[in-house]
Amino acid sequence: MKVLLCIGHVPDTTSKIRFVEGDTQFNKSDIQYIIGPYEELALTRLLEIKEKIGDLTITVINVGLAETEATLRKALAVGADDAIRVDAEPLDAYFVACQIAEVFKQSGFDFIVTGKESIDFNGAQVGEMISEILDIPSISSTSFIDIVGGKAKLDREIDGGKESLELAFPFVSTAGKGFAIEPRIPGMRGIMSARTKPMKIVSPQTQNAKTKAVKYYLPPSKSGCKYVDNENVGELVRLLHEEARVI
Amino acid sequence: MAILVYTENWEGKFKKSTFELLSYGSEIAKLMECELIALTIGKVEENELKVLGKYGASVVYKIQDPKLETFTAKSYTRAIAAVVKDLGANVILFSNNTNGKAISPRLAVKFNASLAPGVMQLPSSTDPFVVRKRVYSGKAFADFELNSEIKILTLNTNSFQIIENNKEIVTKEFAVEIPDADLVAKPLEVNMAKGQILITEAEILVSAGRGLKGPENWGMIEELAQVLGAGTCCSRPVADLNWRPHHEHVGQTGKVVAPNLYIAIGISGAIQHLAGVNGSKVMVAINSDPEAPFFQSANYGIIGDAFVVVPKLIEAFKKFKAG
Ligand SMILES: Cc1cc2nc3c(=O)[nH]c(=O)nc-3n(C[C@H](O)[C@H](O)[C@H](O)COP(=O)(O)OP(=O)(O)OC[C@H]3O[C@@H](n4cnc5c(N)ncnc54)[C@H](O)[C@@H]3O)c2cc1C
Ligand SMILES: Nc1ncnc2c1ncn2[C@@H]1O[C@H](COP(=O)(O)O)[C@@H](O)[C@H]1O
Repeated sequence: MKVLLCIGHVPDTTSKIRFVEGDTQFNKSDIQYIIGPYEELALTRLLEIKEKIGDLTITVINVGLAETEATLRKALAVGADDAIRVDAEPLDAYFVACQIAEVFKQSGFDFIVTGKESIDFNGAQVGEMISEILDIPSISSTSFIDIVGGKAKLDREIDGGKESLELAFPFVSTAGKGFAIEPRIPGMRGIMSARTKPMKIVSPQTQNAKTKAVKYYLPPSKSGCKYVDNENVGELVRLLHEEARVI
Repeated sequence: MAILVYTENWEGKFKKSTFELLSYGSEIAKLMECELIALTIGKVEENELKVLGKYGASVVYKIQDPKLETFTAKSYTRAIAAVVKDLGANVILFSNNTNGKAISPRLAVKFNASLAPGVMQLPSSTDPFVVRKRVYSGKAFADFELNSEIKILTLNTNSFQIIENNKEIVTKEFAVEIPDADLVAKPLEVNMAKGQILITEAEILVSAGRGLKGPENWGMIEELAQVLGAGTCCSRPVADLNWRPHHEHVGQTGKVVAPNLYIAIGISGAIQHLAGVNGSKVMVAINSDPEAPFFQSANYGIIGDAFVVVPKLIEAFKKFKAG
């Protein structure tokens, strides 16, 4: 079995976000990049499945320029078998989805896993777009996945509950919370072997972007916290009612 | 030209988020001088459909098909796409909830449309079409220009005021052929948590963290929530330790919420936690540590021991509610 895991190359969750060029570009300097948190959980779970069923090749893919190779290498160090980088600036979600769908068609995978949402663009769209382009089923916000007897078992988070289902291949699953609890951290051996694992660079398909970020804004700074004395909590009730008007 | 709103129903009933979406759609319809059309899938009584007119729809497309009794992203996308074609809709709106998120990217591919997920205010211009959304997990916002003929937006819950427009609706029954191949991802089993307030919809949330020491101490959190008619949620370690169910976890890797009032009790205010709650209108932090980072983001703060402060707060809110 072969799985294609789409990983984002995103700023570390604690990064300070700044913009340059008249607030039209993200300031990449001094930013530590990581594998998207959901993709990290997905990789962890796929490795568990691989250890259980044996026959599972995990290929990680990123659409990005050479700078993202370090992130792909980290995924190889955690345990992925090989990596593909589509050599292009990711213009928008549709652009990314087209590139990944093309790789899927060319190389014959059994299923695709993406994160449910990136932590930079917060789009939650790449996975579903891939499945529509390929005309295959998609399970969004998957909180559990397993492979049993040649079929996939999945849980999908829905508003106020969850759905369980069983599915034949191929499909796209977008991994949410619950996929795994703690992400795996690469060991020394993993880091060593990652250096020699295959990393394929492919040329992008031509594709226009349908959306474009034209300007960024930082949130207005909070006017400061108003403290209420812990001996007089009634004051908080008054403020929430009269000043903030939320109760 | 028309604006189509997908109005999701839960066992035949609409929710507040749908009314927010219709209100939002009505305002865009005014900006673009066109009609607002609603679409429902499933069994909804005539009386309930009228509610859609109250918030601005003038026509309601109604699809009722046994094949659509359970959700799959493919079948719902196909049904909605048929209506988009029939109408010639050029702006399509969804709530930014589980199903809206699953359908909208597929629909965007079908129509070569531009998609803006999770918008929170009206477009600043409709030609070019520019909308704002949160990026970098709430640490910034961005204006996006949508360049395609057809635009699809998903609206965040609790981000748009409900406005009544009181229109008479015309209902139009509509049929779509759903191939069985669309249904292969049908759930075998659905488990709904019963009788709880959905945290993504709640107007007030009472949230607690590891400062509470253990699951046995959540009685006062639930009581406070009950007094306020609020939902309950928690920080990630609390869910990971199984003190609280996973669906209550909010933050970067949990649910994103944006209530009017978020009360954080014994939560330090780590950046990954704030990423899921920083869209709240008003935040209150209760923490024994005056240096807790949450105080930097909160609008109101109480420095003190939760085990002392919360019971007092419950009494104070009870008194307030009693008038
Ligand atoms: C990639 C990544 C993703 C993450 N995603 C999330 C996420 O989605 N959501 C999330 O919440 N976290 C997330 N985290 C974890 C986050 O960094 C913090 O560790 C977590 O939010 C801390 O939870 P807490 O505030 O409940 O616990 P703690 O940090 O232990 O804080 C407990 C707080 O309670 C206070 N306290 C103690 N006793 C009392 C008392 N008696 N009365 C009042 N206050 C008291 C303490 O002063 C302290 O501030 C993520 C981390 C990473 C690395
Ligand atoms: N440039 C990219 N390369 C590979 N995968 C990506 C890329 N961007 C996004 N993804 C995947 O798509 C998911 C959803 O991204 P988004 O639609 O931006 O929220 C992410 O969690 C990743 O798994």
